Amino acid sequence: MKELRHLDDVSTLVLDPDKCVGCGLCTEVCPRAVFEMHQNKARIVDFNACMECGACVNNCPSEAISVNPGVG
Amino acid sequence: MKQAQGLGCNEAASQNRLKISTSGVTIMGSMEDRPSCPSEPDKPGNAYEKQGYRLCSYVGRFIPTDAGPVPLIKPKLTKDDLLSTFFVRCGMGRYSYTIAPGLYGIGIPDKNSEVLVTANFKLTFDHLRKELSGIHAWILVLDTKGINVWCAAGKGTFSTRELVKRIKTSSLEKIVDHKRLILPQLGATGVSAKEMKKQSGFRVIYGPVRAKDIPAFLKNNKTADKTMRQVTFSLYERFILTPVEIRMALKPALMVALAVFLLSGFGPGIFSFSGVWDRGLPAFFALITGILSGAFVTPVLLPHIPSRQFAVKGILSGTVFAVIFLLFSAPASHGISGLMALFLFSVTVSSYLAMNFTGATPFTSPSGVEKEMKRFIPVQLAGLVISSGLWIYSAF
Repeated sequence: MKELRHLDDVSTLVLDPDKCVGCGLCTEVCPRAVFEMHQNKARIVDFNACMECGACVNNCPSEAISVNPGVG
Repeated sequence: MKQAQGLGCNEAASQNRLKISTSGVTIMGSMEDRPSCPSEPDKPGNAYEKQGYRLCSYVGRFIPTDAGPVPLIKPKLTKDDLLSTFFVRCGMGRYSYTIAPGLYGIGIPDKNSEVLVTANFKLTFDHLRKELSGIHAWILVLDTKGINVWCAAGKGTFSTRELVKRIKTSSLEKIVDHKRLILPQLGATGVSAKEMKKQSGFRVIYGPVRAKDIPAFLKNNKTADKTMRQVTFSLYERFILTPVEIRMALKPALMVALAVFLLSGFGPGIFSFSGVWDRGLPAFFALITGILSGAFVTPVLLPHIPSRQFAVKGILSGTVFAVIFLLFSAPASHGISGLMALFLFSVTVSSYLAMNFTGATPFTSPSGVEKEMKRFIPVQLAGLVISSGLWIYSAF
């Protein structure tokens, strides 16, 4: 699956490490392994794999993540 | 196509069958074996007969619970299930292929059994139940209007709201003693675990992406390993989507084909019906070549075609197939401009349809698709205009 990739540097994914409470739920729900836990905080390890599905945003308990793809 | 979810209410009544006493009557042993006497058939579904309803083929029997009888489903798919799967995969009736939302059971579930949540698209439901043989669980089917989990989560029907509502209408609190739900991971796009806890008291556990990993997930203390958490897009997974891709391309393709035949009629005599046929046919086959390249070959060979941009993949695949098509079938009488027109047209169709396939993949983002479309829609439009111009020019 790692070889199947679309365009780089297009995702609108933003993670605010200051807001992250380290629950790790984003690493669970992301179907593209974009996040990893590092010293009790989530961090983005594969930004370009993100497809802006919003699973992480929806489940983050502290609103530390956002994606804002334009409509259409 | 509305189907009855449960017919359990007449269960008790039908068990109260009239029993004829046989005391004092000796039945001769040989009478029982006489093949000419039809024996009373004892089909398991008969106990659930109810006027105006038909028992769904995937329901075996009903289990009594504190919230009333709940249908127990069979894990095994029948020939009919597989046949309907085939039709739905071909794009026929796929928007009305639903099952009734609500609670079902599989195996012999009890008050401690897990609750698996899914969508009411029958294909999704079949996909789930066929992996659950030997497992005792409850299955809560949400009303996603016959759409699969991921798409429904994206569209907002597989949602926190629907889940909260369905828990209530199914009286789940009366059926299980715990407060856990196992959701398909791809449902996370539409559900917030935090909101679920707040609104319903139920804790959401995200299961694996694929139903086939559920037995391992349950055995593994409800933890999914990395491979269970990631989407895949294998050769088979890509291939199985192509009939629907082709089917969806057919309607616009029909309009384009009409336009192509019409355009082919223009020539030195302003418009000729022989031109419509003689020149229309190769142009029509150029269209078919483009459709096969863009909606079948490109999706199937996706990772093996260079470039990350689907439109470019479509151009590359389209080029190969257009050249093959022209080498084998196009008459040289069209001249260089005619051949150029056919080539360009075929490649453009391929590029457009390949780009269209981005919507069916599990790795493109809306932002990425938008960027690609902004870049390539003008290119494809130009291709269409230039090929049309060349085609008319080549007739003179």
